[in-house]
Amino acid sequence: MAVRPLGVEIELTVPAAVRRREGAGTTLWRFIRKKPLGAIGGFLILVMAVAAVFAELLQTHDPIATDAAHTLAPPAADHWLGSDHLGRDIYSRIVHGARVSLIVGISSTILGSVLGGIIGLLSGYVGGKTDLSVQRLLDILQGLPLLVLALVMSASLGPSIQNVIIAISIPIIPRAARVIRSSVLSIREMQYVEAARALGIRHLRIAFRHILPNTIGPFIVLMTAQLGSAILVEATLSFLGLGVPEPYPSWGRMLSVSAAEYAQKAPWLVLFPGIAISLAVFGSNLLGDALRDTLDPRLRGG
Amino acid sequence: MKTYILQRLAIAILTLLGMSMVIFFLLRLAPGDIVDILFAAAGYVNPAEKQALLKELGMDRPYWVQYLEWLRQIVTGDLGKSYRYDLPAWQIIKPLLPVTLELAALSMVVAVSLGVPTGVISAVRQDSTLDYVLRVFSLAGLSMPAFWLGMVIILGMVSFLGWIPSLTYVKPTENFRLHAVQFALPALAVGYRSSALIMRITRSSLLEVLREDYIRTAWAKGQSGRVVIWRHALKNAILPVVTVIGIEFAFLIGGLVVTETVFNLPGVARFLVQAILWRDYPIVQNLVMFIAIVVILSNLLVDMLYSVLDPRVRYGS
Repeated sequence: MAVRPLGVEIELTVPAAVRRREGAGTTLWRFIRKKPLGAIGGFLILVMAVAAVFAELLQTHDPIATDAAHTLAPPAADHWLGSDHLGRDIYSRIVHGARVSLIVGISSTILGSVLGGIIGLLSGYVGGKTDLSVQRLLDILQGLPLLVLALVMSASLGPSIQNVIIAISIPIIPRAARVIRSSVLSIREMQYVEAARALGIRHLRIAFRHILPNTIGPFIVLMTAQLGSAILVEATLSFLGLGVPEPYPSWGRMLSVSAAEYAQKAPWLVLFPGIAISLAVFGSNLLGDALRDTLDPRLRGG
Repeated sequence: MKTYILQRLAIAILTLLGMSMVIFFLLRLAPGDIVDILFAAAGYVNPAEKQALLKELGMDRPYWVQYLEWLRQIVTGDLGKSYRYDLPAWQIIKPLLPVTLELAALSMVVAVSLGVPTGVISAVRQDSTLDYVLRVFSLAGLSMPAFWLGMVIILGMVSFLGWIPSLTYVKPTENFRLHAVQFALPALAVGYRSSALIMRITRSSLLEVLREDYIRTAWAKGQSGRVVIWRHALKNAILPVVTVIGIEFAFLIGGLVVTETVFNLPGVARFLVQAILWRDYPIVQNLVMFIAIVVILSNLLVDMLYSVLDPRVRYGS
């Protein structure tokens, strides 16, 4: 558009950002085009979520019903992915296992990230000596390998779904706290925060209402990446017999002792649950990477 | 330099002290104590016997006394006694150590020699098909459970070669070739997984360095690509990689826990799982503390190495 005041020609260009408000569909389409790998990751997670929600509709057999007449059946029309040593249908168990994996994965990720996020927010906002001592405390929690810490915790708490969720969430806390703290440190110095402080707004309100919403980008990236690792830890704990207890079908436990025993005779016992775990973790890693590139440009390129 | 080392050492000791508290507290988190669990497994509880066992294990004393006693034991190198074997813990752990150390070292070699070159190639050929393939390859490694990868490797060897390496431990002095093959497979499974993080850090760190002015100067001087990348760029890009390798060491122990179980190698990591399953808590407590010490030491080592590689660290705050 050209405006002509006093004979001077001024080009008025509208900044790209305000030109139009994109619908969710357009944003999604752009994401798929620019980040095909991320879109594949998102699709894998979506498939897993659908399986988790509609497990009863998708199953072909009762996942916990044993069938002595059809043990170790190879993949065929009746048992799509074969059956295990007790005659249970592998496909139906994998579909139901998605529910267990997703419930444990999402709950522990949210629990750990929210607790860690609050710690990181307050520690970063307050700063000084408090921040320093919180950092040292987090060092202590982060010093142990994630799996070892989860292993000891779930052994100490005893096997139940709630305890597995707690055991997996604790190692996430220091990681989440670090990420949120580092973004709080830069946001804290911004002018609008200074303005809020000058207006006499209480510190807690500044931290939670003014700073917290701006850490949402790194927070989403963190949660996506942690989801994959939480699913992996759950599978490992269950594989070792310290995770989700019977009768819930869990991908990790499907791979435990019995599968190894019958692996030569019935390789499908080992292959399919492992592929399910790998695809779920792969999906959340791919999505996490793409989201990181999109939402958190500082970390681009990893 | 001296103050820097002393500072790091002090922090390491404080961290270890804190970790010992966390471990001690975690193992006493559960309702009921070790003695309850032992008796629950037996199914029958004789109160007098229970009291006797509590006294024998020193668990009738207050927690802080028990904690201090444990610290004293660790400092003096006394690792306590295993319930299950009724032997001093050190006697059981000692023969297992070389197995785990060998596997850890081999896995690290696999991880570095796979991770660094793929990271460099991926960075140099940024956004090419090869870059995508390598990134997906490394991300796939990060996504597969280490124990499953081990099982698939064994399964693959059975069906394609009709042969698997012995699943009972062979000492290197007995039959070196068999021993080497036996360790190569789990090292490959663990190393592939660990190489993913190294690859990603190498790639992103190198990409950053390749944009710097002195690299453009090197190109402009007409130096060959190989010299620019391996001599000029990688030298500066390797710093974050060293840190990650240090962190990776802790990560590796997690991988070893299940891999030793799958490949039936008599190492410390497999023993930790067994001790947890048998509720042999003195052993668990000491082994986890041992892992904590290894992790803190490797972090300390990385800090030292860092200050040697990068003088800025030494003189900075």
